[in-house]
Amino acid sequence: MTAALSISRLTKTYASGLQALKDVDLEIPRGEIFALLGPNGAGKTTLINIVCGIVTPSGGRVLADGYDVLRQYRAARRLIGLVPQELSTDMFETVRHTVQYSRELFGCRRDPALLERLLRDLSLWDKRNDRIMTLSGGMKRRVMIAKALAHEPRILFLDEPTAGVDVELRRDMWQLVRGLREREVTIVLTTHYIEEAEEMADRVGVINHGSLILVEEKRRLMKQLGRKELTLHLSEPLRAIPEALSDWRLTLSADGTEIQYRFDSVSEHSDIPALLRRIGELGIGFKDLNTRQSSLEEIFVGLVGRRAAASAERDVALSTEER
Amino acid sequence: MSRGAASRGAMSGGAVSEGVATAGASPATDALPFNARGVAAIYKFEMARFRRTLLQSLVAPIVSTALYFVVFGSAIGSRISTVHGVSYGAFIVPGLLMLSVLTESLANASFGIYMPKFTGTIYELLSAPVSSLEIVLGYVGAAVSKSLLLGALILGTASLFVPIRVLHPAWMIAFLVLTSASFSLCGFILGVWARSFEQLQFAPMLVVTPLTFLGGAFYSIDMLPHAWRTVTLFNPIVYLISGFRWSFYGSADVALGVSVASTGAFLALCLALIVWIFRTGYRLKN
Repeated sequence: MTAALSISRLTKTYASGLQALKDVDLEIPRGEIFALLGPNGAGKTTLINIVCGIVTPSGGRVLADGYDVLRQYRAARRLIGLVPQELSTDMFETVRHTVQYSRELFGCRRDPALLERLLRDLSLWDKRNDRIMTLSGGMKRRVMIAKALAHEPRILFLDEPTAGVDVELRRDMWQLVRGLREREVTIVLTTHYIEEAEEMADRVGVINHGSLILVEEKRRLMKQLGRKELTLHLSEPLRAIPEALSDWRLTLSADGTEIQYRFDSVSEHSDIPALLRRIGELGIGFKDLNTRQSSLEEIFVGLVGRRAAASAERDVALSTEER
Repeated sequence: MSRGAASRGAMSGGAVSEGVATAGASPATDALPFNARGVAAIYKFEMARFRRTLLQSLVAPIVSTALYFVVFGSAIGSRISTVHGVSYGAFIVPGLLMLSVLTESLANASFGIYMPKFTGTIYELLSAPVSSLEIVLGYVGAAVSKSLLLGALILGTASLFVPIRVLHPAWMIAFLVLTSASFSLCGFILGVWARSFEQLQFAPMLVVTPLTFLGGAFYSIDMLPHAWRTVTLFNPIVYLISGFRWSFYGSADVALGVSVASTGAFLALCLALIVWIFRTGYRLKN
């Protein structure tokens, strides 16, 4: 089966010399929700802009549903919708006209029924004859989404779609994305809100300094890289961790009322039952316990941080060798 | 056709247009190698902008032209009897028309493409299945339409002040269309090049308007001293105005063939530049 998006050896070097993308390979199957995470300037938007035809790549190849985005750009672009990061709209146009314009620009016939459904789904129907300049930021963001969906794309790029929007719109957006997934629309999402990726994505890609450093199924990623934390709320405060518990890496809270045990969920053998037995044998009572798994945000920060540290180490080693 | 079939159509070595014909997710999407709806969408969008700014786009140039007639036609014209056998008031009509058409073509087309760059909506144009030719057709087509409409209205306004005759109407229309098309293309290039409103105003204010004033809009270059006449011949606007005036009164400063060739050469130069812009993505895609 043809992938919705197939990117191979994609590179982009801007005229300024900035290498925004370095040999990026990525395959996204149809109907998947893929979250692309990365710090500012990592290359997320450049990647999206190349796929959508806004930026010319320096090298590599991108296929959208099997169509080359450069050589078969008409067929490829018909399939792609983009909600850009910035609120870029024609302020003097009405909501209805601007969405209609987007549909016709993509070569589609007018479809008043579809337009109405789209505007109703996005709570824009009552505002259809209003000029965009009169709308709130959240409403403008909805207009951007309506424009991107006006030609019924099969692949939708959402570049920071909920940046600066209220909770209500964010929830509406998540609902909309789930609805699109039911219709087998492939969605590529970039976001700074990790909980958004955690909530919606099937797979997660992490990009940093133009390189795709990781692509993994979200659940597996959290399982593999997620840290777990066990907290015991003690009945009586302790002064120090007893020597008999030195087999486990435990920490005691400042007030001595909580013992914390951090462990990797897969790589480290936790043996929690043995720990609890030993605590019981030592006569340490606890009134409650809870476990917590690290969020995607913590995983992401950890990954990027580790890469940065490794890169810094390499630089130090190189400069030492040079000397 | 199913999406699977769509993919097979494209994968089996069919022409790109075949892929286009089947790739759309919606049955409502026709797929022709030429995106006529896309062109029409850009054209209608630009014309809607024109309608929103009628005061600036239409009324202001007409009022300016009327003022030129009052000042040049009545005040100065009363001291000049005829030029090439035509009353001075009537003589300046082609020049004035050309002045308005040139500046409006340039301004409309440059503003048309500069605004999406300025507001950021250019992303939609670049990510849509429209070719560079279709984008140019949409923007330049709209700019030419506006200029022709303006030209017709100015001609109508002029006829209220002076009696006008057009000896070669077909040539007059041809010159008007060619000139507005060339300068709209030139405006499009300017709009792509400009990075600020100041740069956008640079060519119309500091290049085209002075060249038009010095290009025989209000006088025949035969009236100039020999040395200045030679200098003036380096001004490309001279050829446009001369040819256009010939279509009205049958008299010209330079031969008709030279005027037609100059206009054609300017059009070809602008087209070549636009092809280069889209091939390289100059100031659009990088």
